Formats: sequence, structure tokens, C-alpha cells
Amino acid sequence: MELVKQQRDTASDLKTQEYFVNMGPQHPSTHGVLRLVLGLDGEIITKVEPHIGYIHRSIEKMCEHDNYRQIVHLTDRMDYLSAHINNEAVCLAVENALEIEVPERARVIRTIFAELTRLASHQLWWGVMGMDLGALTAFLYGFRDREMINDIFEETCGARLTMNYNVPGGVMFDLHPNFHKRVKEFIAHFKTKLPEYDDLLSNNVIFRQRTEGVGILSKEDAISYGVTGPTARASGVSCDVRKLHPYSAYDRVDFKEILMEEGDSFARYKARVLEMWESLSIVEQLIDNIPEGDFQAPTKAVIKLPKGEYYQRVETARGELGVYIVSDGGKSPYRLKFRSPGFSNLFVLEKLAVGSKIADLVAIMSTIDIVVPDIDR
Amino acid sequence: MFAINLYDFSGTVNSIHQWLNARLTPGWATAAEWAIIGISLILFVAISVIILVYVERKVAAFFQLRIGPNRVGKWGLLQTIADFLKLLMKEHITSKNADKFLFNLAPFIMVTAVFLGLGAIPFAKGLQIFDINIGLFYIAAASSVGVFGILLGGWAGNNKYSLIGALRSGAQVVSYELSIMLSLLTMVVFTGSLQLSQIIASQQDGWWIFKGHLPAWIAFIIFMIAGTAETNRGPFDLAEAESELTAGFHTEYSGIKFAMFFLAEYVSLFIIAAVGATVFFGGWMPFHIDDWAAFNRIMDYIPPIVWFFGKVAMLIGIIMWFKWTFPRLRIDQLLVLEWKYLLPLNLMNLILVSFIVLMGWYF
Repeated sequence: MELVKQQRDTASDLKTQEYFVNMGPQHPSTHGVLRLVLGLDGEIITKVEPHIGYIHRSIEKMCEHDNYRQIVHLTDRMDYLSAHINNEAVCLAVENALEIEVPERARVIRTIFAELTRLASHQLWWGVMGMDLGALTAFLYGFRDREMINDIFEETCGARLTMNYNVPGGVMFDLHPNFHKRVKEFIAHFKTKLPEYDDLLSNNVIFRQRTEGVGILSKEDAISYGVTGPTARASGVSCDVRKLHPYSAYDRVDFKEILMEEGDSFARYKARVLEMWESLSIVEQLIDNIPEGDFQAPTKAVIKLPKGEYYQRVETARGELGVYIVSDGGKSPYRLKFRSPGFSNLFVLEKLAVGSKIADLVAIMSTIDIVVPDIDR
Repeated sequence: MFAINLYDFSGTVNSIHQWLNARLTPGWATAAEWAIIGISLILFVAISVIILVYVERKVAAFFQLRIGPNRVGKWGLLQTIADFLKLLMKEHITSKNADKFLFNLAPFIMVTAVFLGLGAIPFAKGLQIFDINIGLFYIAAASSVGVFGILLGGWAGNNKYSLIGALRSGAQVVSYELSIMLSLLTMVVFTGSLQLSQIIASQQDGWWIFKGHLPAWIAFIIFMIAGTAETNRGPFDLAEAESELTAGFHTEYSGIKFAMFFLAEYVSLFIIAAVGATVFFGGWMPFHIDDWAAFNRIMDYIPPIVWFFGKVAMLIGIIMWFKWTFPRLRIDQLLVLEWKYLLPLNLMNLILVSFIVLMGWYF
């Protein structure tokens, strides 16, 4: 008895020490140059402190010296995975300020491109998510399907990732003759491949164990941290800009806003996979109904916005992107501010990860789906 | 003089023994034999690792809709050799505050452990380095020495990621050792011997996986899971989980020292597959069906060495399949799987098997 007591005392005398680990700026699963300072007690995370700014390029400041046509191109480099949607945000802001009527054809083309971009982004996210959890094969499956979308983009506008297809007033060129056929092919192809995604990860026991109940984000926290996009919708916050403030051609298509209740990593995962089905259905609805007509409204060579403040928001693959332009009537903005989804989404990390293990942090970070250039700008 | 009989290597081995003894004193002859064994073992390991790495890359490519290495040599066959040459020529970096002695010792412990393990593996009839009566126990004991290499390597590198990886690996290997040994013990109840030659001899009329029906299958599945965990391969590669710990316990290693860890991983994969093939699939014993004399004779035409390596290749293929399909487990889930599921199941299986053997309910 005495011995047992003695042993118990020794066990409680053992001191454990918290230690710090720098995760990043170069680390395989921080998805770029993000640095996380982790406080660890063994494998348990006691503190997460994101340090950002390693890829800051002062895009907002650069915008103050560029004219409105040039600004569109800079936005590509923020969230490079939803490049087209970023372009669209600036174009819409400028068009609203000038009260330009964008031709129907351009609106529909923009919407199709935006949804294809969202699909490509989610496909890449899905692959990387698998890779972060150790399923290396998923990565290449995601990339296989994304390749088809990139080929479609390349055919129409010459670029695969940062397309610069939007210009104030519409789109830069008309569609390539093959576009219709290629998109149809892609829809048919991807409809057979999406169930495969479920087979490989969603229904996998290990994957479910790694994500279910991990990093639960409550509805209240999601709202107070300003989390948007699929990350918030997985916690039950209705925040889809496409639904709440329709722009381009979203008012004429029929799609569901994916809302989940659980708010854990698996809900965030599932929300994105279901969103792929919705995007696919949007593209399917629009592809046969592209109206004839102009693809671009006539605009002046030098665009000058009237004095005032303009705000436009769009739904990128990661959440709500806001463009806030203050114009003094000149050819470049007096001040321009982007409200990027990645920034607000990232800082919820501490709330989610503290108390879980290192491996969970990777899963949480993957389901928040951050793109570092979008956070730093 | 040294005619090689693919069906029975003992003749070849004996003739070498006599040839050496006729020319040297018995002491020198034994020394020469050990030297020959050592050299052939090193050659075997080098060649098999090169083949395994190449196969792994091709298998991974096949799973991932890629082509795999195809530039160096015909079908990329020389790619692995080129990679090893590159690793040989790289600088040996030892970080500033590392414990230099242990840091340099760790890779050697890993390699020594796997070489020891290879000693008792029967490759073909008469082709086994030593056939001791506790062969299975010996292999398990030798391969568990490898965990010291991981622990020391992770600790001595003075890197937090390495340390986490090493501690994970320690917990993992110690836990899964139990499952491996218990599942093998289940089969030992059938075979009645720990000696590998006896185990193979007991499968003359059929492999244990067929003769032992249900308990053998349970033991085999547990063996495959625990074996994958024992070799630190996906989905149990927590020790080097690259998305969490960059490279885990060998983060700080470069050049040939890293290559030694790499080599040890592949050889232990081979050992696990070889033990599995020997215990469950009859080692080099051809596939026989009771009364089908003609069929059995055709099977006997295939040399035992081909049978052995074929079975090993099949098991390695399954383990590679695991790795390229499943996500990685978390450390607590890994231990829960072992202590809450595999271990009780294993113990029950052991009771079941004892009962079956007592009643004689096996073929």
C-alpha cells in the first residue's frame, strides 16, 4: 500500500514542459508560406498563433497607382484558385459605379466560368485534403479532373490558372467554338468521378475518424469571427452571396445553398463535396442557354469612376470576397480594400485547434481551406 | 563443381562447404563461409531494395494514374540506382546541437536490426542462414531492435519534429509488436514449433491459411495490419507523417544516413512479408491439393525459390496497396485500434485456436 502511494506521488511529481514548434513558414501542410507558432504539451495543442505577412505584396497599395483595367489583373494573384471570381468582383464594382449594362451573354459566360473555377478549386482542395491526411492518391485524382477544366479555360482565353478573362463591361473574348462541347464532356466525365471521391475519402473509415467531431466550429463563433464560405455554411450560417445578393446570372439558376449543422471537419468537407454537385448543376443549366449577342459592353478607354464609395461582394470558392473602392473621380482609386475570405477564416484556427492533436490541426487547416496569398495580399 | 539445383540448395551449400574445408583449416573455412554469407546478404539486400523501391514507385504511379520513373534506363529501371548514387554523394549534415555519437549510431542500429532479422528467413529449400529452434521468436526480437534506431535518431537530431516522430514510433512499435507476436503464436499452436523449417514442413499437405480456416484468417488479417504498423508504413506512417512532422524522425538526416533508414524500411517490409509468407502460405512449399497427384506434380515443377518470392511479392503488393489507398491514422486512434480491438481479438483467437487444435477441427 505504501509502495503504491509512493509511486503515485512520484508520478504527480513528474513535471511536463510545454514547448513551442514553428510550423512553417515552410511546411508541407501550411499550403504556402504561413507560419504557425504552436504551443504543445506532448501532442496536445495549447496555443496556435498564425504569423502572416511572408507573401505580402501590397496589392492594395499598388491598386492606388493603377487604372481600373489594370487592377482586375492584380486580383488574380490574391486567391489564385478562384482567380476568375476575384476578377469578377472588381469588374462588377466598376460596372455598378459606372452603371454599365453588361450584356446577357457576358453575364452567363461569367457565371459558367465562375462555377467552373469553383469546381477546379474544390477539386484541388479535395486532393490536398486527402494528401494532408496521408492519402496521397487522392491528390492526383483531384488533379486529373481539374486538368479538364484548365484545358477548357486555356482554349477560350489562353491561360489556365490566372485567366484575366473578365474586363469591365464583360469578358475579353468570345467563347471558343469547342467550349460548348468540352464543357458537356466535362460534365459527363465528372458526374461519374464525383461518386469516386466519396468512395475514396468520404466513406473511408479512417477518414471519417480523422474528421468527424474534430475542430467543431459553433454557429456563434462562425458569425463573430466573420467566417464565410463553405466553412461557415458547415456550421449552419447561411452566407452564400450567390443566393443572398445574386449577381451576374445567379438569379436565373436553380441551386441549393448547402447548409450543415455539425460544424466539424467532416461537415466542412461534406459541404464542399456537395457544393461541387451544385456547381455542376449550375453549369449544366446554363451551358445550353447562353444567349446570343455581344460579349462586352462598350466602355471608354480610360475608365474614371465618379467620386464616391463602392462596395461589391462575390462568393469565391473560399467565401465572401468584398471589394471596397473609394474614388476621388480619378482614373485610379483613392483607396481600395479587399475583404478576403481567407483572412477571417484563418483566425478561427485557434478556436478550433486548441486542445486537439497535431494531426487534427492539419485536418482542421485543410478543411478551412486557406490560400496564403489571399490572406496576405 | 557447384551445380545449382533450384529444387534443393542443400547440395550446393554442402559442396561449397566441402570445397572450402579441403583447402583451408576448419577455422578459416568457417570464417570464409561467414564472409561469403555476409557478402551475399549485402548483395541480396542491395538488389532487393533497389527492386522494391522501383516497384513501389511503379505501383504508386499505377494507383495514381501516373507513369512513374521512365527516363533513366529502359522503363526507368536505373532510376533507383541513380537516386542511391545521388544520396551517396550528398553532404553529411549533422546539426549543431545534435548528439553526434548517437546521431551517427542510429542508422547503423536500424540496418543491423534488419540484417539480423534476415538471418533466419528460409528463402528456399536448403537456403537459410541458420535454422534455430526459436526462429520466429528470434526474427521478432531482432526486428524490434530497430525501434532503438528510430528513438535515438529522433532524439539525437535535436529537432522537435524528430522527437515527436520518434516518440510516436516508440509507442507504435511497442504496441504492435504484441499483435504481431500473438498472431504468430496463434499459428504456432497449429504448427507446434517455432522453428521455421518445421513450420514449412508442417505445410506439406496444405498451407495453414487453408488448413487453419477461420482462426488462421483472423490471425492473417491481424498480422497484415500489425505488420504494416511495425514497418512504419502508411496508413500507420505516423513516425514520418510528412504533412504533420515534415519527415518525422529522420528530418535531420541527409545523404547516406538517410538512405540507411530508407533501406531499413524496405528490408523490414521484406521481412514482414517473408514471415507472413512462411507462416501462413507455406514459405517455399508449392501449392498442393490433397489427392490431385498430377496437379501437385505440375506445381512441384515450379522451383521453391520462385514460390517463396512470389508469395512475398503478393504480400508486399497488399501492403503497398494499403499505403496508396488509406489516409493516415491519428496517434490515439492507432493505439486504440491496437489495445482495444486487435489485442482482445487476438487473445480470443488464441483461445479459439487452442480449442480447435485440441478437438482436431482442422484439416
